Amino acid sequence: MTTTMATSEATPRKAKVGSLERQRRWALGGSYAALSVFVVIFLVPPFYMIMTSLKSSAEISAQQGSPWVVQNPTLDNFIYLATNAQFQRYFLNSVWVTGLVVILSMTIAILAAFSLSRMGFKGSQVISTGVFLTYLVPPSLLFIPLFQIVGALGLINNTWVLVLLFPTLAVPFCTWLMIGYFSSIPKELDEAALIDGANYLQILLKVFIPVAMPGIIAATIFAFTVGWGAFLYPLAYLYSADQAVLTVGIVRELIRGDVFAWGTIMAACVMAAAPPILIYTFLMDYYVAGLTAGATKG
Amino acid sequence: MAQVTLRKVVKKYDEVLAVRGIDLDIVDKEFIVLVGPSGCGKSTTLRMIAGLEEISDGDIAIGGDVVNDVPPKDRDIAMVFQNYALYPHMNVYENMSFGLKLKRTPKDEIERRVKQAAQILDITELLDRKPKQLSGGQRQRVAMGRAIVRDPKVFLFDEPLSNLDAKLRVQMRTEIKKVHQKVRTTTVYVTHDQVEAMTLADRVVVMNAGLIEQVGSPNDLYHSPATKFVAGFIGSPAMNFIACRVEQAAGALRLRLSDTLSFPVPADRTARYTPHVGKPNLLLGLRPEHIIETRPHIEPNQHDFEILIDVVEPMGMETLVYFTIEGTEVCGRVNPNAGATAEKPMKLRADLSNMHLIDDSTGKVL
Repeated sequence: MTTTMATSEATPRKAKVGSLERQRRWALGGSYAALSVFVVIFLVPPFYMIMTSLKSSAEISAQQGSPWVVQNPTLDNFIYLATNAQFQRYFLNSVWVTGLVVILSMTIAILAAFSLSRMGFKGSQVISTGVFLTYLVPPSLLFIPLFQIVGALGLINNTWVLVLLFPTLAVPFCTWLMIGYFSSIPKELDEAALIDGANYLQILLKVFIPVAMPGIIAATIFAFTVGWGAFLYPLAYLYSADQAVLTVGIVRELIRGDVFAWGTIMAACVMAAAPPILIYTFLMDYYVAGLTAGATKG
Repeated sequence: MAQVTLRKVVKKYDEVLAVRGIDLDIVDKEFIVLVGPSGCGKSTTLRMIAGLEEISDGDIAIGGDVVNDVPPKDRDIAMVFQNYALYPHMNVYENMSFGLKLKRTPKDEIERRVKQAAQILDITELLDRKPKQLSGGQRQRVAMGRAIVRDPKVFLFDEPLSNLDAKLRVQMRTEIKKVHQKVRTTTVYVTHDQVEAMTLADRVVVMNAGLIEQVGSPNDLYHSPATKFVAGFIGSPAMNFIACRVEQAAGALRLRLSDTLSFPVPADRTARYTPHVGKPNLLLGLRPEHIIETRPHIEPNQHDFEILIDVVEPMGMETLVYFTIEGTEVCGRVNPNAGATAEKPMKLRADLSNMHLIDDSTGKVL
């Protein structure tokens, strides 16, 4: 009697452990499957873009052979673009516009987030919420009323209009992100700095910015993406070739009527996509280095 | 010279009074501990001295100068926070020198002071580590170092040991006391732990509900509490409060605890307690160490009684016994070898020379 009871008690427990392991294996398998689908969906277009950018026009229009493989890789498309004065102008326009947008947006966002999260003045809560709400208005709805304003300012077809407009897209989100980061810094830290003799500007520069560096990098990457990748505003407000930026320039320059220069378009896309990736990689490295600096020394 | 003076200091948050008008004189080089339960206003008081909270009414003076509207950095104070508040991106040296750098102190002077403070606190070999590479106790030392290097008029400590484990807390407590003996700076220290308060303070300030209950040396508070709150707050296990009546019989006063239990009032207190004969709401306050096992030799004002023990808690060096008088649980401390057994009667001895008579309606010790 006792033996039977012992076995009947032991068996279900063993089965339970087994089922947990099996569940875990199923969950892992599911994760891998889902992630594989995810990776394929996201990485196939860039892969196709790079492949096509390395082909000559003849190879692209050829009917035989797999479109996923390059038979005779060539850098002609890249060389053509790099030596094309028009493309150089678009690229440079994008660079200085994005640079200014990042600097302007981050300066405003950091100052705004610091005052909203730390100075605790009347109405700071309402303003914080308001800042985020402005981010929820889609830019595609804003560009028509903005056209009127830009027209009144006499900035139609002037690249500077982007320096004015892009921060309106970047600042709300960056501010919101930075408010979150700054709020996670313990209040005692600024109180300690206050007692140590720092004023608000010194607290911001010497304590908050270094401590919130990961958040600042995230916000910077976002502001950069906004400035670099925007399509609608430059398309709407800039019409002459010398004022255009990269996104619009590629379409204008390389699609002539119904003729698509696919090889050059793809090469231009690769070159346009490179700076964000490079900057992201560099900043991530810096970010990770900052996190682990000194951690291994002791 | 850095005495700190508080005059009728009030702190109001909207309509809530956190501090309700307190007066306090802290003399130069003194170690003052503000102690009380959470929400009693002790931290608010400290933060008002630091300048981190504005005061709603009254005056605070440091070294004779009223500092009501002086920003924290110009008050010449240093503060140690409960969660250390070290700058995470700076190493220990940079953390300690940050305040001096902001004051544009010469480099060699900074180095001299940091090295000296590091030596006092025994953290010299940690100077180029980042805070996250330090243990809790080391971080606390660095936080203290950051305070010491600035050579302030007043040190402020806001529950600095609460985040440490019990063993380290005792160790750091001694450490803080040693540092104060070396540096001799006026110190205001906030804690909710009465043991910390007793062991560290020159004088303890017991606060309750935004008011000061009593100020005095640790021994004063322990032996002559002014109120029921102080009597119950200081000491562990806490003082017993037993409902009682003062009776006059045959020209002598007796303290009646129940129909069967009464003790004669100590002779030296007869005059003091006579006005309270027959009054309601009186409590006998008696600490557990004044309820002991019977011994052959009996002192004046000690009285034996027999009672049924409910629970016995052996502590090693002593045994706590719990019994009930008229529904009130009472604790006594007896010798571990006295043979205390749960649910058995035991002969105990009450030492009334250290008793307190408390008016429960006013909370005052009579």
